[in-house]
Amino acid sequence: MRNIAMIAVFAILLSFFMYIALNPADFGYSGEGLNFGHPRFTDMDDYFIHNAQNQTASNNVVTSIVFDYRGFDTLGEATVLFTAVLGVGLGLRMLRGDEDDE
Amino acid sequence: MMSKIVRTQANFLYPLILIFGFYIVMHGHLTPGGGFQGGAVIATGIALVVVAYGYEKIKRWIKKTHLTAAEGIGLLCFIITAFIGIGTSFFYNFLANSGLIFGESIPYGINPGYLNTAGTLPIMNLAVGIEVLGGLGAIILYMMAYGREVSE
Repeated sequence: MRNIAMIAVFAILLSFFMYIALNPADFGYSGEGLNFGHPRFTDMDDYFIHNAQNQTASNNVVTSIVFDYRGFDTLGEATVLFTAVLGVGLGLRMLRGDEDDE
Repeated sequence: MMSKIVRTQANFLYPLILIFGFYIVMHGHLTPGGGFQGGAVIATGIALVVVAYGYEKIKRWIKKTHLTAAEGIGLLCFIITAFIGIGTSFFYNFLANSGLIFGESIPYGINPGYLNTAGTLPIMNLAVGIEVLGGLGAIILYMMAYGREVSE
């Protein structure tokens, strides 16, 4: 029963994504067929390339995006790492049962 | 503890790995890399020394509490640096082009490699580097400390 449900969900998702890939005009992407290598909308890329060096005074545009334009993303990554360390410590201490160091 | 050859190599490579990781962290706004990558390189040096000498000998030199404290301090410095620019917006780069520390301007175009630029980005790189080296080093030490007990 679970296998049938999983196969049905997989078939629905596959047909949905194939429909998007083959008819991108119905979902707001202009152009016909698959065009992954030639994106139509490059406004954001051009803005970063032309303004990042003047606005953030950083020569590495990738770092200026990661730490300045999209700082919330980096804050989330740091929080994920913090939570991962917390989970590892808690899990291993619970398996071991006691605390002996320090 | 592994053989004397491995320990000698670890003694030789440990400071070089630390210096290379610190270089990647501090040049994050000039070259490829940054806080996450440099912190991971420094944690690789910690892993090398732990594997070469064994956990029982290394736990007197590198303590888990120090690494977890470094992780918390790094994350706190990152959030505080982001909050200082809240007069304009969160994560505002208030030091860029200001003439203060890390405040020099750069010309548009090819990378000339000036270290004293980019405003708050080097500070955030340093904070994230401290956080990542503390976090990954703490994970390595936790696994070395408690993993053997589980397998028995």
